[in-house]
Amino acid sequence: MDGSGLERRPDETALSPNGTYVAVWAALLVFLGLTIVVARIHVAPFGAAANLLIATVKAALVLVFFMHLRSEGRFLKIMLGVAIGALTFIIMLTFSDVLFRR
Amino acid sequence: MVDEARTATSPEDAGGSPIDALGKRTGMWFFLFTELLFFGGLFLLYSIYRYKFPADFHQAAADENLILGSVNTAILLTSSLAMALAVAALRRGEIRRSVRLQGTTIALGSVFLVIKGIEWGSKIARGIYPNGPTLLSLKNGEIIFFGLYFSMTGLHALHVLVGIAVIAFMIRFTRRGVIGPDRYARLENTGLYWHFVDVVWIYLFPLFYLIT
Repeated sequence: MDGSGLERRPDETALSPNGTYVAVWAALLVFLGLTIVVARIHVAPFGAAANLLIATVKAALVLVFFMHLRSEGRFLKIMLGVAIGALTFIIMLTFSDVLFRR
Repeated sequence: MVDEARTATSPEDAGGSPIDALGKRTGMWFFLFTELLFFGGLFLLYSIYRYKFPADFHQAAADENLILGSVNTAILLTSSLAMALAVAALRRGEIRRSVRLQGTTIALGSVFLVIKGIEWGSKIARGIYPNGPTLLSLKNGEIIFFGLYFSMTGLHALHVLVGIAVIAFMIRFTRRGVIGPDRYARLENTGLYWHFVDVVWIYLFPLFYLIT
């Protein structure tokens, strides 16, 4: 029961009604506007962090709804977590060096 | 012997379908993970140099055209919507609608590349390109900013170009009935790729256009 009126096999992603995709797109455009406003009002030093946070919300919307992560099984979600975690770890490890160089 | 082994483990015996839809998506996702780390290396470089040259990055970013960048972001987000709707239409058996939406995705992707080209062209005309005369007269941090700008948006644009080419094949497959409501994994995977490229741009946009 995903509202699409289609039966789906257990290994298929859940299809959303067209309205859901359009709503997600509208939300993405709202966040795009918001990120430009945040950049314009100069709330440094929080501006960069706020914009990265907004970018992450937008990326999550794309992943969850457009890429159907919502209806994927635990296996793919964990693997995605491992990939993002590996990248985060690499960045942190590098900065543990860069930040403390003399 | 081989056949026996195959039928014994066939998904049909387990009550599933003969098409391993999850397996096909998993392959695509794993490819996207390698892409994530591929772009990740450049994001890492960007963050290190922005930390080292905050003032130079700030100054160099003033050269970016916020209006063109914002319009391009909106175009790419819209192309992702068209792609998502194209996959949905194919799954519902709306073949003509799916073809139209795939065509829309290609059109929007092409507009994105044209605008990107205008931005690059404007910089190149003013001598801002790798080893360009104006670029070399700038401060070190600014040179690095533009170097990262060209490599990261260039690599991204290359991905958009590849995406357009793949979607063109999908339109052919859809028209010929090679893919359809029961076999849509290729289009769905193409969609995953297109959305991933969109996600990369979602991060590139604030990093290059919104450092004020």
